[in-house]
Amino acid sequence: MSATLRRLLALAGASRARVTVAVVLGALTVIFGAGLMATAGYLISRAAERPAILSLTVAIVGVRFFGLARPVARYLERLASHDLALRALGRIRVRAYRWIEPLAPAQLEGYRRGDLLARMVADVDALQNLHLRVVGPPLAALPACAVSVGVAAAFLPAAAIVLAVGLLAGGVVVPALSSALARRAAARQAGARGDLAAELVELLGAAPELVVNGAGEAALARVRAADRGLVALSRRDALAGGLADGLLIAVTGATVTGVLAVAVDASAAGRLDRVLIAMVALLALATFDAVTPLAAAARERSATVAAGARVLELGEREVAVTDPQHPAPAPRWPFSVALDGVRARYPGAPAPALEGFSLRLDPGRKVALVGASGAGKTTVANLLLRFLDPEAGRVTIGARELREYPQADVRRAIAVAGQDSYLFSASILENVRLARPAASEAEVERALRVARIWPWIETLADGWHTQVGEDGRELSGGQRQRVALARALLADAPVLVLDEPTAHLDPATADALVRDVFAAVGARSVLLITHRREGLDLVDEVLELTGAR
Amino acid sequence: MRAFDQRLLRRTRAARPLLVADVALGVATVVPVLVQATLLARIVARAFDGAAVADLRVELAALALAFCARGLLAWGMEVAGRRAAADVLSELRLALVRRRLAAQPTSADGAEAGEIATAAVQGIDALEAYFARYLPQAVLASVVPLAVIAWVASLDVESAIVMALTLPLVPVFMWLIGRASEQRARERWHALRRLSNHFLDVVRGLPTLRAFNRGQAQAQTIAEVSERHRAATMGTLRLSFLSGSVLELAATLGVALVAVTIGVRLVDGGVGLQVAMTVLVLAPELYLPLRRLGAEFHASADGLAVAERILALLDAPATAVAGGAQRAPSPAVATVRLERVSFAYPSRAGLVLDGLDLELRPGEVVALVGESGAGKSTAAALLLGLLAPTAGRITVGGADLARCDIEAWRRQVAWVPQRPALVRGSIADNIRLGRPSACEHDVSRAAVMAGADRFIGALAAGYETMVGDGGRPLSPGERRRVGLARAALRDAPLVILDEPTADLDPASVAVVAQAVERLAAGRTLLVIAHRDEVVERADRVIRLAGGAVHAQETRRAA
Repeated sequence: MSATLRRLLALAGASRARVTVAVVLGALTVIFGAGLMATAGYLISRAAERPAILSLTVAIVGVRFFGLARPVARYLERLASHDLALRALGRIRVRAYRWIEPLAPAQLEGYRRGDLLARMVADVDALQNLHLRVVGPPLAALPACAVSVGVAAAFLPAAAIVLAVGLLAGGVVVPALSSALARRAAARQAGARGDLAAELVELLGAAPELVVNGAGEAALARVRAADRGLVALSRRDALAGGLADGLLIAVTGATVTGVLAVAVDASAAGRLDRVLIAMVALLALATFDAVTPLAAAARERSATVAAGARVLELGEREVAVTDPQHPAPAPRWPFSVALDGVRARYPGAPAPALEGFSLRLDPGRKVALVGASGAGKTTVANLLLRFLDPEAGRVTIGARELREYPQADVRRAIAVAGQDSYLFSASILENVRLARPAASEAEVERALRVARIWPWIETLADGWHTQVGEDGRELSGGQRQRVALARALLADAPVLVLDEPTAHLDPATADALVRDVFAAVGARSVLLITHRREGLDLVDEVLELTGAR
Repeated sequence: MRAFDQRLLRRTRAARPLLVADVALGVATVVPVLVQATLLARIVARAFDGAAVADLRVELAALALAFCARGLLAWGMEVAGRRAAADVLSELRLALVRRRLAAQPTSADGAEAGEIATAAVQGIDALEAYFARYLPQAVLASVVPLAVIAWVASLDVESAIVMALTLPLVPVFMWLIGRASEQRARERWHALRRLSNHFLDVVRGLPTLRAFNRGQAQAQTIAEVSERHRAATMGTLRLSFLSGSVLELAATLGVALVAVTIGVRLVDGGVGLQVAMTVLVLAPELYLPLRRLGAEFHASADGLAVAERILALLDAPATAVAGGAQRAPSPAVATVRLERVSFAYPSRAGLVLDGLDLELRPGEVVALVGESGAGKSTAAALLLGLLAPTAGRITVGGADLARCDIEAWRRQVAWVPQRPALVRGSIADNIRLGRPSACEHDVSRAAVMAGADRFIGALAAGYETMVGDGGRPLSPGERRRVGLARAALRDAPLVILDEPTADLDPASVAVVAQAVERLAAGRTLLVIAHRDEVVERADRVIRLAGGAVHAQETRRAA
């Protein structure tokens, strides 16, 4: 078993008892199936000797028992294994979440690109196969095969040897071959698939301009070329794809023929009762049911382990921002917030996002921070929320550095409404209330009014119970921003950081919005981060941020 | 369970011979199945009568061969199925790309490029399982039971009757599986999808959760939601696995029934050992294909889901103008009018444009301003024929654009969107996009006009610098200038610029504004803008609000 697989099983944390139940039921399913065929073979052979019908009673009861027991075992096995898989999935989901929670957002920057977050979800989902398809079938096959070989050995050791060899070939060699071929095909196709997907994304993304510029046919030709490459590979790999299944049937045939030959020989030599020939042969045939799913399990294994490795990798990142061992008491308002000669760099970034930056926000002051996009304004917000620690310099609340407080206290003191603010797939009310779950409806309404979105909410059929969709996609950019603003206002933190609150708004609305907010915050401190001019006449001080300084 | 999707089969012309081979190999599998059972029974029966291995050499070899033949056929089915899947997906893929270009260039239906590409490329795995496993199994399930019963009938009618008695149950089981497990499995996968989406939603909003100190509390919620999902899923599984188990029960009980009745008849001497043994070995084969079919249900569901997604995209109604045969006059001499044009996106409620009237006279510079979401970019897309009006019409010199040769019309228009697309290739290739035959001299002249020559000249590889996916990243300002150069090279009488200076630093704004002025010389220009720098140069400024003209202001006589 690979180290990754072992770690994944530990991550899934399934209880030994549940795994055992599922495995035993899986093994019993095969054993009962083999028992049915073996006793039926014996029954018919014995009946051919035309004994008294009473002497067949045990065999008849056996046949009926196995006939009934197999589907029951199978049914229970499926329930047990699915229950196991779903429980494991829930645990994995929570653990993966706990890993990434302290990493967000600064240390997840790299993941956001290429929608790696979405892949993390898909990878976690893929782990439901861990017990169901990867580990379960081999674990169940082992005792089932052992019992079958043992039974065969009790009657005819030579047949048991043939059966054991056949099962090994079918259960170990064929799956290994199958997974090796599948891996090779996947590796070969990965490049071609990537190329084609890239061509498709490019073409579809650029489609309007391609069409307008009459360049559609040329782009289509490129897709067609990439497509031809992939189809040629797929067709070639198709030859290897079904090889395992065909081979397993051949191995089954060879084994059954071998067992038959040994049994016939033993019977002719008087070492085996002739009524047992069919029994041994059918036992061998039916036992192959145990190894049939193993080829698929082996193929599934590499995909599951790869997905699992990506999940495990999340847990290996060292958390950059941690709570202090001896936390300072929560800051008491009024306090100043300041950045002093700060250099900040995102994990893995070559250049600092901010260099030698200083800013002071005294209690009740309104300060604007302006600068072109990319100058590091949002980094200031991230530093103030302690999503990021400075490389050099100090970020302080009152007399103490941020890192001396528990993170929760810092985030109670400073609220941010940013352009990155996320709206959850829930109602407007739930999204705003997130900031302070105990807030009354009147308080939520007031926040929405200040954010200048209340009139619009009143026009909605469902009012503030309207669902906003994933990342608020049912709302326009401006509406999203105002709901996020209302949320930050509701948080009732003494320091408010507004990161581009007026993007997506026309100048008149933007100006009015800033006015309303300033009127509503009263004695609170406000840092207004913007690249626009609206509202600058309302602040006490304007700071210019140009290129990482 | 729906085995075949008619629309899918209609779209699989290229792969049809392979699919026929797939089915034929499935049907041929019946032969080794019958031969195998007969040989096995014969060997047992003859050994029973005292034959030695030496006497049975031929039968033993033939038995091994029959298994090999069955293995070969299984392999052949997989090969044919997989190849068919590759061909089918390729056919669907190219049809889809063609359709998107012609009918949905702007993705007005909300489909995302990444999602389409994933379905069209990775979908092969799901389709392989469908064509290589599910489809042949569906054929086997309908052929093998009948062949087995017919064969048994020729040996022993009574056993055939016992088997046949259980056979009418087969359609019942098919229906049972089809109804119960399809419905339930679908619900189950939907529930799982919802659960995943909830998780994704939480993960994407993590920074916000943390900013409001709600990050750690959410772990508990995830645990609770997962547990609820598990409990609910297990509830449905208890029922849906039951229908599968009924089939298993019929299969094993069928074998038991055949074994016991034929055993008793053997004692009575009503039947010989070889026949009895043949019937016994064939009994499980009667149900095997059906059981496999049930097991391959997910292969079918996933494969069909991929196919359905692509087919749905293929069948999505067009949002672009299809055009006609009429020739639109050149905007250099003809006035372009939007006449009471309304537009609504199919994926969203509400009108973006509501009875918009707009006029572009030859040689005029018109600025279109208004809040974001006012429909400015939509108006541009309508002029380009990328979208067709929901109501109203667009005319060029009186000719309805919907009746005009749309490609010929687009040749008269140059367009620079907010974020011009870069295709993989050199900067020169990108500038040449609208005129692939342009010479180097023309390319650099267009770049000069767009104010792009300075930054291109500063690059080590100059015009041959590779850009686009994997190439050198361009800043928004550089990108915009490449787009302007593209439009300049195209040299069309009507130019549409969408927010040419948005989000640029002051230095870039000045460069771009000059480029816009150069581009406007001798052309009709529609510029969508926010900033005053560009708006100031316009002959007329039109403000959009609520999807219609809100105010109009004439700066200079046209």
